[in-house]
Amino acid sequence: MAMLEVNDIHTYYGNIHALKGISITVEEGEIVTLIGANGAGKTTTLRTISGLLTPREGSISYLDKDITGTPAHELVYQRMAMVPEGRGVFAKLTVQENFEMGSYSRTDKAGIARDLERVYTLFPRMKERRKQVAGTLSGGEQQMLATGRAMMSAPRLLMLDEPSMGLAPVLVDAVFDAIVDINKEGTTILLVEQNALMALSIANRGYVLQTGQIVLHDDAEKLKSNEMVQKAYLGVD
Amino acid sequence: MNKSMTTKDIIKKGLLAGLTVLSLNLIGFIALLGERELIKGWFTLGHVFLLATPVAIAYLTTNKMEAEGKVKPLGIGFVIGAIAALPSVLLVYIETTTDLRQFLANVSPALTELLTFGQGVTVGSVLLILLFGLMSAFAAFISILDEKISKPLVTAFAWTLGLATFSEILLIRVRDLFGRGVAKAIFSGKSLNPISAILLFALVMGITIWWSKNGASYKEKIANVTPAKKKQMTQGKSILTMLVILFLPLILGSYLTEVTNNVGLYILMGLGLNIVVGFAGLLDLGYVAFFAIGAYVMGVLTSQGALGLDIGFTFWTALPIAVITSTLFGIMLGIPVLGMRGDYLAIVTLGFGEIIRVIAVSDVFKETLGGAQGILQIPKPDFFGIELVQPGQLYYVVLGAVLLAVFIATRLRDSRLGRQWMALREDEDVAEAMGMNLVSTKLMAFATGAAFSGLAGAIFASKLTSIFPHSFNLIISINVLSLIIVGGVGSIPGVFAGALILVGLPELLREFAEYRMLIYGVLLIVMMLFKPEGFLPDKSRKRELNPDDDLGLAEN
Repeated sequence: MAMLEVNDIHTYYGNIHALKGISITVEEGEIVTLIGANGAGKTTTLRTISGLLTPREGSISYLDKDITGTPAHELVYQRMAMVPEGRGVFAKLTVQENFEMGSYSRTDKAGIARDLERVYTLFPRMKERRKQVAGTLSGGEQQMLATGRAMMSAPRLLMLDEPSMGLAPVLVDAVFDAIVDINKEGTTILLVEQNALMALSIANRGYVLQTGQIVLHDDAEKLKSNEMVQKAYLGVD
Repeated sequence: MNKSMTTKDIIKKGLLAGLTVLSLNLIGFIALLGERELIKGWFTLGHVFLLATPVAIAYLTTNKMEAEGKVKPLGIGFVIGAIAALPSVLLVYIETTTDLRQFLANVSPALTELLTFGQGVTVGSVLLILLFGLMSAFAAFISILDEKISKPLVTAFAWTLGLATFSEILLIRVRDLFGRGVAKAIFSGKSLNPISAILLFALVMGITIWWSKNGASYKEKIANVTPAKKKQMTQGKSILTMLVILFLPLILGSYLTEVTNNVGLYILMGLGLNIVVGFAGLLDLGYVAFFAIGAYVMGVLTSQGALGLDIGFTFWTALPIAVITSTLFGIMLGIPVLGMRGDYLAIVTLGFGEIIRVIAVSDVFKETLGGAQGILQIPKPDFFGIELVQPGQLYYVVLGAVLLAVFIATRLRDSRLGRQWMALREDEDVAEAMGMNLVSTKLMAFATGAAFSGLAGAIFASKLTSIFPHSFNLIISINVLSLIIVGGVGSIPGVFAGALILVGLPELLREFAEYRMLIYGVLLIVMMLFKPEGFLPDKSRKRELNPDDDLGLAEN
């Protein structure tokens, strides 16, 4: 059975039917990406999986357990982590304190210390700035901080919402390199991106969303060469 | 700024000061404080406030203008002061020719008398302009002086004015502690006499000069002592502090102890609201509700009057019930507002506070809560048979409660729950993504805050022996919130500072009572401009508001 199975979920914002039957599977060790235009339902899908929203229909199972309707804070203990859109760092805390906050759900001090070292190896820049207040970091650094903080809960599945948003191209590369590294070390990744080219270049598989539905699903390589994807999201005429 | 200082700028600043002075005159502030003599026969508190604005503006304008010689800054100071006097002079002329009291009740002959020093309109106006000009020039003079000279001068002025302002209370204490003779020698009537004022001024100046010369070497000596000795010194310090706290009522006398008790109750409420607003970032404007609930529970359970239940409750058995009831109401308020943030939360909690007050005053519960007549004959706390009647005795009840609250607040701040509150305050979504249960986190904040307030309310009811709905106005919530902001949001020592400044000082300066809100307003604006993090701020908030310091690097 797959690590994460999203089965025909329908999510509403009040009366607005935001997700109209989304089904996704993520296998252990994969990088899977959801791409699509603004308002397609990518973030909503992620928020539904992570428990911030509850689907009205459909089911979600994670590590062979039904997690439909489980609140977000409990899923952290089942080792699912999310980096929300717009990064959301604790602006007044230092980098190190942010990371320590990330390990809130854990009590194994040795493991936390080990993971902190791992995060600092992953983002050497964070180590340099570990006493700096997070609010004074640049956008890219904040994205690294938020990603590292999510890693501090030692997740098996890491979900990232638009990690490239508002970043300079050189920083986008750095962030995506880190995502690949994280994946290589054994964490499964579910990535929501508008920057479809970047996302598809590191992902194994991809889903294309449009107005709350999945319109395409294939291997990342094949999606890249798909005519419709090229036209709509990759800017190729 | 100094280079581009044009005539226009100077006139603008002078008029700004003048209009401020004028409005202080029009609202009656100056006239009221004019009744309070500071130094017998010399000047009143009214004069101090009259001159405060032009002097401050002159000082700030000419500050750091040493480079431009001595004459120019002095001239600028004088002009600013003289211009600042003009609106008041105009007011004096209008007052003597037409009776404005029909429209402006405070423009009275008494005010004219104060503004012209009793010398008639023409001479008085000239004197007023000269005084304003000279004092502002003097402020300018101090601003360009070397710090070695200006610092002792300013310190001596501040101490003399400060002690003179509190002379009425000082007089009573000096009389009780050292006898009538000593009091007579220092004070005339209720104010300082000129000789003691001059002596005081010289003394403070002498000490400051001596300290600026020798202070550095002392500090060095202290820094160089052995660790064991250092430890001894800190121990000595804390023992001394404890002794002072323990015997405070003896030092302060009964009036000041009563004031201290009131400050203590506000500290208690402040510590509670600080958890809700400062730690968890939930803006609660109905905080007085829990204070009222604690007070009413205490009243209903222990009152010996017609409304008392009379089922054998004493202060000590009713106290936990009052606290628990408040806590439950805290949770009750918390549940419906779980999904709200910021302004919406503030409005709903505001409504909650009013609902509790309206319920207390309404006829529906008149049978149990007494309606507008309130609950009377609430017994004072007793301690093993001794009824604690005197402020000096009640002090220890308040002290115990405050110490307990400080202990709990500190421990909670440093606990996992404290971390949860901090994360909640910073970003709810991220906190949830970190694995924090927002529901329990929020409810714990509301419950703990309510418990502290209920405790304060219960003590308040027993201390006053009677409670009325109008004691539980919105203004109490505002006061508590203001004291947190003034002290530094999220800071526990800040609550003490805030309560002393906003509750203690106005009690001592009863002349200000009517203008308390005005002073709050001015104080809050000045704070937001010059010390936005509060007087004794929390570490992380200080960092946030001064991100430029060391590129935002934390101290540790």
